[in-house]
Amino acid sequence: MKMLLMETKLHLREWPFMIFTIALPVGLLVALGLGIPGMTERGESGERFVDTQMPSMMTVLALMTLACSVVPGVLTTYREQGVLRRLSTTPVHPGKLLATQLVINLAVGTLSTILLIVTGALVFGSSAPRQWAGFVLVFLLGTATLLAMGLVIAAVSPNGKVAPGIGSAVMFPLLFLAGLWVPRDVMPDALRTVSDYSVVGPFAQALKDTWAGHAPQTAHLVVVAVGLVIFSGLAVRLFRWE
Amino acid sequence: MKVIEVRNLRKQYPNHLAVADVSFEVAEGEIFGILGPNGAGKTTTVECVAGLRKRDGGTVRVAGLDPQLNRGELRQVLGMQLQSAALPEKIKVWEAMDLYASFYPDPADWQELLDRVGLTGKRDTAFKKLSGGQRQRLSVALALVGRPRVAVLDELTTGLDPQARRDTWELVEQVRESGVTIVLVTHFMEEAERLCDRLALIDGGSVVATDTPAGLVAQVGADQRLRFRPSAPVDDAVLLAVPEVREVTRSGEQIVVSGTGNLAPAVTLALAQHQIVPGDLRIEQATLDDAFLALTGRKLS
Repeated sequence: MKMLLMETKLHLREWPFMIFTIALPVGLLVALGLGIPGMTERGESGERFVDTQMPSMMTVLALMTLACSVVPGVLTTYREQGVLRRLSTTPVHPGKLLATQLVINLAVGTLSTILLIVTGALVFGSSAPRQWAGFVLVFLLGTATLLAMGLVIAAVSPNGKVAPGIGSAVMFPLLFLAGLWVPRDVMPDALRTVSDYSVVGPFAQALKDTWAGHAPQTAHLVVVAVGLVIFSGLAVRLFRWE
Repeated sequence: MKVIEVRNLRKQYPNHLAVADVSFEVAEGEIFGILGPNGAGKTTTVECVAGLRKRDGGTVRVAGLDPQLNRGELRQVLGMQLQSAALPEKIKVWEAMDLYASFYPDPADWQELLDRVGLTGKRDTAFKKLSGGQRQRLSVALALVGRPRVAVLDELTTGLDPQARRDTWELVEQVRESGVTIVLVTHFMEEAERLCDRLALIDGGSVVATDTPAGLVAQVGADQRLRFRPSAPVDDAVLLAVPEVREVTRSGEQIVVSGTGNLAPAVTLALAQHQIVPGDLRIEQATLDDAFLALTGRKLS
C-alpha cells in the first residue's frame, strides 16, 4: 500500500508527462471536433464523428501512450538504475513494483477516459457510452492487454534510450490499424482484415460499438483476449529484473 | 559463532567461470573483507551469499539458512548495499527510508538511522540531488533498516573522494559496534587494511588466502624497508650483522635497509652502539598490496 502511494507520488512528480498523456487526447477531441466541420455532421446513421468514432479513438490513443511509452520508459529506467534489483534484496518481491505500476497506469487510463466522456458531453452534447456495462468490460480487457504489451516492450528494450524508439515503432502502425487516421469503416477490405487481427483494431471497434449502444462482437473480444494471453505469457517469460 | 559459512562455492556464467572455488567463514560481529582486483568474482560471491544468484556448486549458509531455499527468511537477517545507484531519481531521502522500513515486520527507527548516517539535514532532498557520499550513506542506512544480523556492503567507497571515504569508514565501524556482522567487498587495499578484522584475498574466482590483514602480510614474509641518513659514515657490515637485516643498499647519502621482523628497533639499536643517529628515518611497511603481489604474482590495482 505504501509502495502504491509512493509510486503514485513519483508519477505525479513527472506531472508534465502525465498532463500530456491525459490532455492530448482530450485536447485533440475538442480541437478536431470544433475545427473540422465534418466531425459534427450527422451521417446516414444519425451519428456524428465526435459521438463515438473520435472518443473511442482518443481512448485508444491515451491507453497506447501509456502502454508504449510510459510503462516501458519507467520500467527500463528502474531496471537500469538497479531499482528492481535493490528491491529483490528486501523481503518484498520486485513483482510488487510491477503490479503497482500497472495499477497506476490503469488509474491514469481510466481518468483520461472519464475526462473524454465528460468533455464530449459538455462540448458536443455527446452521450456517454450507451452500453456501459459492455464498455467497462471492453475497456478493462483492452487496457490489461495493452499494458501487458507495454511490459513486453519493456522486456525487449535493452535500455531506457531504446525503449521510446521501440515504443513508437509499435505504437504508430497499431494506431493506424486501429483507425486513428483512416476509420475502419472506410478501410479497404484487405486492410480491415489485417486490422481485425491487430488486437488494437478490434479493441477500438468494440469500444466504438459499446459507445454507440451495441453489444461488442464476440470475435473482437476473442482477439483482444488472445492478445492478453500472448502478451502476458511473453512478459512473464521475457521480463528481466536487471 | 559462525554466522556465514561458504564452502566450495562455484558459479558458472554462460561464457566464463566467475567463481571457481570459494570457501570462507565469517564470525558473528566481525568485519570480514573480500578483497581482490576487478573481475575476481567478489560481487558474484556475495550475490550468491545474499541469494541474488543461484550457485552452481558448493554450500552456503547464512545464520543457518540456505540462501536458495530460504530466500524469505534470509532477507530478514541479511541487509545488502549494492554497487550502483538503486533508487528512483525523484524519491526523497525520508520517503525511501519510510518505504523500505515498511518492507520489514520489525524495522529500525529510520529517523534515528538517518541521524546515525548524518543525513537528517537531507531528509527532504531528492535522491538524484545527493552527492556520491550521501548516496552511499543512504544506501547503508537502507541496508540496516530491517535490523539485519549481517550487512553486505559492496564497493562502498568506489568513486568517493578521500574525505567522503574516511567518513564512510567511520560509519562502517559504528555499524559494527552496534553488533551487526559486516561483509565488506572492496578492491581498495587501504580500506581492507583499515576496516577488516579478517579478509579473504580472491583472485580468478578462487580464495588465495584468508587471514587478518597483518597475518596476510606476515604470511608472505614481505620485507619492511628502513630509510635514513646516518649522522656519521657507517659500514654495511655493521648493519648486515643485525639478524633481521637482509639487504643494505645506498643511494647517495641515504641508506636503505630491508629485512623482516622487528627491523626498526634492531637497526637503531645497532646504530646507537656505534654512536650513529639515523636522520630522516622512514619505515616502509609491507602492505596488503605486497602480500597480494607475492601470493598471485599480480598487482592488486
